[in-house]
Amino acid sequence: MTDPAHPVLRMAGVGKTFGLTRVLRDVDLTVRRGEVHGLLGQNGSGKSTLIKILAGFHTPDEGTVELDGVSVELPLSAADRRDHRLRFVHQDLALLPSLTVLENLIADDVATGAGIRPRRKRAELARATAQFDRFGISLRPDTLVRDISRLDRAKLAIARAVSHLGDADGAVRGLLVLDEPTAFLPQSEVAELIALMQAVAAQGAGVLFVSHDLDEVLTVTDRVSVLRDGELVGSEDTASLAREDLVRMIVGRTVSTLSAGSAPVHAARERPRLQVSALRGGAVEHLDLSVQPGEVVGLTGVIGSGFDEVTQLLFGAQRATGGSVAVDDLELEARRLSPSTAINAGVAYLPSDRAVQGSAPTLTVGENVTLLSLRQGGGPFALIGRRLERHAGKLLRDLDVRPPQPGLAYASLSGGNQQKAMMAKWLVTGPKVLLLSEPTQGVDVGAREQIFTLIAEAARQGCAVVCSSSDLDQLAQICNRVLLMRRGVVSDEVHGQAVTKAGLTDMLFADAVPRSSRLASDA
Amino acid sequence: MSVRTTTGKGAEAVAPTRPGARRWTSRIEAGALPVAWLVVFVVFAVLLPNTFLSTASISNILGSQAVPLVLTLSLVLPLVCGDYDMSVASVATLTAMVIGILNVNHGWSIGAAIAAGLVAALLAGLVNGAVIVLFGVDSLIVTLGTGTVIQGLVLWISDSTTISGISTSLVDLVIGYKLFSVPAAFYYGLVLCIVLWYLLQHTALGMRMLFVGRGRDVARLSGIKVGRVRMGALVASAGLAGVAGTLYAGTTGSADPSSGTSFLLPAFAAVFLGATTVIPGRFNAWGAFIAVYFLATGITGLQLLGAESFVQQLFYGGALVIAVSLAQLARRREASSAGTAT
Repeated sequence: MTDPAHPVLRMAGVGKTFGLTRVLRDVDLTVRRGEVHGLLGQNGSGKSTLIKILAGFHTPDEGTVELDGVSVELPLSAADRRDHRLRFVHQDLALLPSLTVLENLIADDVATGAGIRPRRKRAELARATAQFDRFGISLRPDTLVRDISRLDRAKLAIARAVSHLGDADGAVRGLLVLDEPTAFLPQSEVAELIALMQAVAAQGAGVLFVSHDLDEVLTVTDRVSVLRDGELVGSEDTASLAREDLVRMIVGRTVSTLSAGSAPVHAARERPRLQVSALRGGAVEHLDLSVQPGEVVGLTGVIGSGFDEVTQLLFGAQRATGGSVAVDDLELEARRLSPSTAINAGVAYLPSDRAVQGSAPTLTVGENVTLLSLRQGGGPFALIGRRLERHAGKLLRDLDVRPPQPGLAYASLSGGNQQKAMMAKWLVTGPKVLLLSEPTQGVDVGAREQIFTLIAEAARQGCAVVCSSSDLDQLAQICNRVLLMRRGVVSDEVHGQAVTKAGLTDMLFADAVPRSSRLASDA
Repeated sequence: MSVRTTTGKGAEAVAPTRPGARRWTSRIEAGALPVAWLVVFVVFAVLLPNTFLSTASISNILGSQAVPLVLTLSLVLPLVCGDYDMSVASVATLTAMVIGILNVNHGWSIGAAIAAGLVAALLAGLVNGAVIVLFGVDSLIVTLGTGTVIQGLVLWISDSTTISGISTSLVDLVIGYKLFSVPAAFYYGLVLCIVLWYLLQHTALGMRMLFVGRGRDVARLSGIKVGRVRMGALVASAGLAGVAGTLYAGTTGSADPSSGTSFLLPAFAAVFLGATTVIPGRFNAWGAFIAVYFLATGITGLQLLGAESFVQQLFYGGALVIAVSLAQLARRREASSAGTAT
């Protein structure tokens, strides 16, 4: 039924527009049998839209999709994806942690099989073992998924997807789409996953591998396609490409390799307001950082690099495993940090997840904004009342939250106004250190500028600001200095004049020696 | 009737109102239950001018509902913090039984017996809080379990018999003394209502509890010690249940090992019904007060009209389901339009 001559996937002339934004234009993409095909591009280049078209989530405005040489109807139906053996492993892996390895492996059969047919546990077990053997996975089928490592989870997710690529006669065909499955893995473990991917391709399937990591792509893929601003820049044989060629394709121009680890421009004239030493926790392996009063420091990187966890660790929102944090003269052990001790030390934190971590959407704007003012004086049983409401009204007017009515439900404000209200909540405490995480996510353009002004104003009053963000534009606008994190350590830094969007893009794709690992070995 | 102000992106989309002012639709919602109570009262007063509309009947309704009222109030605190406490009725029975055994069988003074009963209640609250907060177990399941354990303990220590003859000084304190011919028990409930209202609506602690219930992550990230607040609410809840048990012992002059559990469902019905009024969408003290007396008025009236005793179950069970549905609707709406700041 499958003709080896046909590619497993051929997309031709695919275009997609959302509103006025053209996200994909005339994209051709071919994945052959037995190859690992890399898909690269910056944030917003159209990668995710392309994957979502394959997943049947979006319908392209134009273009065709062929699977195994057969033209399929769009949007792609679940039946077509099943018949042509099109399987996905997304970044979150979609495993159920409280079930066993075996149960996760057969989850899809359970979902679609006849309801009251008895399960043949012995057969299931035998099939799982065979599956694992074939790809060199050593996992006990009765272990709970929550007890296995991240690497094993990624392998399991891939094995599950592959188990649906096999024909009755055992031959593997179809297309496996891997959407950044390596993002959360340390470098040392990626190799194993790469071997697994190559084994899958060698057995006859096609693999489409989406990644941010150029080195990974260069190692594992046979061919690579690059998207830029919604257009296909090209599909090339990986062997014919050098790293610089790939970067040029992604960014659209030559990138100068920065000298990594050059000294910051401003020598420490004053005592730093925030001093972080050897911070460790989550994906962060080692971080040293000192921030002067009035300085705005950005942190960025790809998903899984740990840049987004630093602010959480510094606030105690997520437990650190080591290191220390000093605010002015107050030194704190990072492991002991809790939001309460951090607040008492003068630290403020605006989480990126406004709806869950930043606010209680069903309570009023006034209540949300004044929650922290309650800490000031009076004790838990003191009378509050009109005073607080007036205070809230003033805050909302000062920060131009529209409408400035404390009695409205918080959820009824627009994204930008919600964020301004959150700024109001925290700035009223007069913080010494302001930690921001994606501060303008889901915020309209006007409010975005106002939030930048508020951040600049806080810095001018002596606040040390740390902002983790994947929005390079934003970082370029507000930061004095931006650190790049890679696999849990700071790998590069730009400061002064170089903090522009172009400068930051260069840094993101430049090949730099990890700086903090050197520092760590000095210590 | 349904006028909804859409609150869109800019200021222009919102009707200009005074800060904190409530729109008239939410006023109607807040006042619906008190009005319904009045209507029920008037209807029965007209139908039964001699029996229902008598001082004895009214003072009976007010006095006899003190135990359900305090038990309902005991549920308000953990519910505001987002936890269920299914053990309150058992805890109340435990307190009554400890008072009975120590006072009648062991000859303790009534004061010491009451103190011991309340300590037992607080201990039960500590156990609830410890298991729920420290081990992170679902409160509904834990308190269902501890409630049953406590019920078993009560049957054990009492030998499954009712202990009567509790000191008359307690009986006097609860139903003997009267003001405007209403027993003292009613006023105790009223005082607790005022305390709870002040705590929830006018103190920093009340606001923190609200955040703990509605947005645990926000509360934690705003420096609130979430575990401590939940623990405190569960212990306070057990303490109030102990007060309800004391009032129960005082009302009957005896301690009955099994009838206490029949108070649980009416208390839940009332606390959820109460959350649809005064401050719709939020558990609140005055709402609970109104709900308890609304339900009691309805049932007393129906029974005086000759309805059989099963009407009680129909009434309480139905009220619980309707109240929970209404509370859910109010909460959903609160999320999408103007809330109420009091």
